[in-house]
Amino acid sequence: METDELILNMGPVHPSTHGVLRFRLRMDGEIIKNCEIVMGYLHRGTEKLGEMKTYLQFIPYTDRLDYISAMPNNYAYVKAVEELAGIEVPQRAEYIRVMIMELNRIVNHIVSIGSLLMDLGAATMIMWGFRERETALQLFEQLCGARMTFNYIKPGGVREDLPEGFIPKLREWMKDMEKRLVDYEQLINDNEIFHMRMKDIGTISAQEAINYGLTGPSLRGSGVDYDMRKIEPYSIYPDIDFKACTRPEGDSYARYIVRIDEIKESLQILRQVIDSMPEGKIVSNAKYGIAPMTGSPSSVMTYFPRIFTPHAGEVYSRIEAPKGELGFYIVSDGTTKPYRVKIRSPSFCNLTAIPKMVQGLRIPDLIAAFGTIDVVLGDVDR
Amino acid sequence: MEKGGIRLDPVTIDTTKIKTIKRRPVTAIDKLEDTGMISTILAAREREGLILFSTIDQVFNWARLSSLWPVTSGLACCAIEMMATAMAHHDIARFGMEIFRASPRQADLMFVAGTVTKRMAPRVKKLYEMMAEPKWVIAVGACASTGGPYHESYSVLKGVDNIIPVDVYVPGCPPRPEAFLYAVIQLREKIKNEGYGAKWGLNK
Repeated sequence: METDELILNMGPVHPSTHGVLRFRLRMDGEIIKNCEIVMGYLHRGTEKLGEMKTYLQFIPYTDRLDYISAMPNNYAYVKAVEELAGIEVPQRAEYIRVMIMELNRIVNHIVSIGSLLMDLGAATMIMWGFRERETALQLFEQLCGARMTFNYIKPGGVREDLPEGFIPKLREWMKDMEKRLVDYEQLINDNEIFHMRMKDIGTISAQEAINYGLTGPSLRGSGVDYDMRKIEPYSIYPDIDFKACTRPEGDSYARYIVRIDEIKESLQILRQVIDSMPEGKIVSNAKYGIAPMTGSPSSVMTYFPRIFTPHAGEVYSRIEAPKGELGFYIVSDGTTKPYRVKIRSPSFCNLTAIPKMVQGLRIPDLIAAFGTIDVVLGDVDR
Repeated sequence: MEKGGIRLDPVTIDTTKIKTIKRRPVTAIDKLEDTGMISTILAAREREGLILFSTIDQVFNWARLSSLWPVTSGLACCAIEMMATAMAHHDIARFGMEIFRASPRQADLMFVAGTVTKRMAPRVKKLYEMMAEPKWVIAVGACASTGGPYHESYSVLKGVDNIIPVDVYVPGCPPRPEAFLYAVIQLREKIKNEGYGAKWGLNK
């Protein structure tokens, strides 16, 4: 029997729980023959705005790239600026940064798993995930006054010291999270429907994944041991005992399991960081010779200049964000504003592998595979 | 219509005959009485045919504001807080709004949650036009209200009110879930006073 090809548009208004994106699918009956990604519906011109703002003014915009895990975005940009300007960071600030980034990684993964399950039609997990997220956001709010868009990490350190009673509350949250994680796994891991939807769906081999430039849990789900925290250790990660979680299968289920394992590893990292949190300054002032702020409640609290001019030059700095490798390329011409800011965002690169993953599958499988690579459209379109 | 029934074709409205019972609304029936609905229906039966647009409006408005169904039109960061509002902790179901519809045909409220880029603007407008009347719009966050932090950007619309009418603006970047709920309460207040009767000051 002769059949016609059908062009099917999915989107751009929320094809799933991930944002504004359009898939143009060429269908042969139920089978996807070709998938074309049409993006740019959330292009906000962030990189151009980077050239119009001073180095400190741009930090809030990095919050809004990957808005589920804003803290690693802050850090990636600030790390690039610090490398550009040669700013040293006190040890306590580094510990606080890593602590808060790992907390944000857990939040990102539980939201990711929750929305994946909701796309598959199970509403329980997103309710549970957002319950833990809400309590974690209360911690963030206590720390820097914001729930999602933090603007907390600054060149030379962090903005505020830990508030009183933060560490005990974080410990309590971690203890709670460990219990909840058991619940998650009991709910999802051995669920037969979940297995049928996820196993051997959206498979991508290790070599293909590398060719497509996948990073983060999506790459580690294909068995490639590639974690920026191990390969190019930054901050205090060399002192911390943890492992990069990998799975060999390369299918949607493997990527999901990697995320669950990463939550456990992040809890492990958090525990170590809290136990060895040093005392001291939270903002460096050695380089610029700035005296502590007069009349400040704490003698360790200092400020960092709002406007500074790094030397002319360029820098590319990358970190392991929850979604993959996040890099900032900054060119400075010796003025108060960057000459160029280029963002290598993990979601954008990971998204390009979708057409390869879903070829020959059905539409519900596209949603499942799309859920497991965990993109955020603010990060894709920038 | 036979004697004792309510005549449905509109006749002259005698506003001096409207009786309203001033009482604090407790249950749904009490609310109906509060709007003067029951007493006026009884009065209409007695006098044979007094149709009051105002009371119909009030019943309609009460029904409309009690179960607003939003369309899932999350665009950017604010959409995550919109999801958080819908989840267990903040629980928008308290306002009869937990059913986020994927189709604009089934929805009567649109949260424009996030940055409206120039590329997305025609789609947002189309989405609004596809919704059935009556419909309301809440512009959530600084971006949807004015362009917000992206006001200087070349690709961002300076406020969604350039393309569609907005009923409630919510400040914040992104607004907290409490702000979402406050916006919903404000919208309910607005809907309460809509309709033909509102023009003649009969709804109060």
